Amino acid sequence: MMDNKMIVEGSLENYEDGCAVKGVKFLGRLPYYRGLGLSMVEDIQVAIDGQQVPREDVRFQVRGKTYTLDEMETVYDDRWNFGEKATIIALKDGGFGEGTHTVEFGVRMRVSYLPFVPTTKDTKELALAA
Amino acid sequence: MAIKRGVSLYSYQNETFQGKMDLEDCIRTSAELGANGIEIIGEQTFWGWPEVGVEDEAIENWHSLIQKYDCTPVSHDFMLDYKRYKGRMMPHDEQVASVKRDIDFGARLGMKFIRALVSIDPQVLVDAAPYAEEKDIKILVEVHAPLHFDHPWIVRHAEAYEKSGSDALGFLPDMGMFLHAFPPVWKEKFLRMGVRQDIADYIEKAYEDRVLSEYVILNVREMGGEGPAIGMAETMRHNAAFEPKRMLDYMPRIHNIHGKFYQMNEDYVEPSIPYDEIVSVLKQGGYDGYICSEYEGNRWVEDAMEPDSVEQVRRQQVMLARLLGETETPALKTAA
Repeated sequence: MMDNKMIVEGSLENYEDGCAVKGVKFLGRLPYYRGLGLSMVEDIQVAIDGQQVPREDVRFQVRGKTYTLDEMETVYDDRWNFGEKATIIALKDGGFGEGTHTVEFGVRMRVSYLPFVPTTKDTKELALAA
Repeated sequence: MAIKRGVSLYSYQNETFQGKMDLEDCIRTSAELGANGIEIIGEQTFWGWPEVGVEDEAIENWHSLIQKYDCTPVSHDFMLDYKRYKGRMMPHDEQVASVKRDIDFGARLGMKFIRALVSIDPQVLVDAAPYAEEKDIKILVEVHAPLHFDHPWIVRHAEAYEKSGSDALGFLPDMGMFLHAFPPVWKEKFLRMGVRQDIADYIEKAYEDRVLSEYVILNVREMGGEGPAIGMAETMRHNAAFEPKRMLDYMPRIHNIHGKFYQMNEDYVEPSIPYDEIVSVLKQGGYDGYICSEYEGNRWVEDAMEPDSVEQVRRQQVMLARLLGETETPALKTAA
């Protein structure tokens, strides 16, 4: 559910550290009718122009706090709230280049009551903000 | 005493997710339709719940809106994430403590009920029941398809509640378990996903003929179906046309109803769930709680169109008001 609303339109930007481009970031929402404690977000998959970003190069940021995906697995006091726009960062020195990119964004969730582990994906063409 | 109308704010999820409706919009819309009972999923409506907690200010806002629109808090639906820790189940005592926090949260919101998901171990609820009694809250397990009132798991819950002697334990049936026809919005979505028309027609007909799901799945495979075609057939594993009258044995413990629906047509009919029969059974059983609208068609149409949750809820409320013998037709006062 909410598959096509996971990636927020118009949100792709370069991710900069100091004055160097270190990758891209965009706003992402959890494809679910409620929020989820971060320890239950099993995986966040990002691909830019068909190129899978390694798990260790993905960062998740909400309300000013930044987590690696491995860190999130033991975070029991923070959430990705319902409809909340988190910043998803894909690290790559020098970034992914100017122009329009195909952004693929997948989330795998561990949901206690479901007899399966859902992965939901969204793909959008986003123009990199100047 | 009469059956009352309410709305689970779950119904408006497509709008609230995108920030197109806020809590006041949800409560005002429901109240205008005469659906004064308000049910929520705590962690959908209140950011922060349960891991971070909720500020008193948000709770005060809730109460002032409930008062402003003359509504009644009905149920806080809680989740209990017993798989919070990767690779190990949350221990029993911690689960009970978690339910107690949801009892407290329900009490802060003025709820009479909190909803438990059906997969929760009955003993967890039994052990939380004395605390619920103290707080004047009932814990209701949601009986939801593919489970039903004759399933051994539900029977086990019922036996545990009887043995406990607590009247703080009960049931919240979801009307989706009485799925008498294959929902047209499901079929349309599977067709959009590429299921062949003849296979989709076959599955719809097999559902109508009450054919066992496993036979249907095999037949679809033999017809050359794969991927979404198998997915469509597999919905029959999780849904069936159970009988509304099976609720009658459990009436003393049924305190809230999820008025699940997948689509309300312009003629105010839900084509797959027999609400006339359902309301008649509830009246026969002397039910005097709320039926809360629970629109779940959103996820079946969102790939093709923007769901109009408010219009869907309005139509269901018109249907319910008619079935309940109300003389006034529910109507929105403001453009949504």
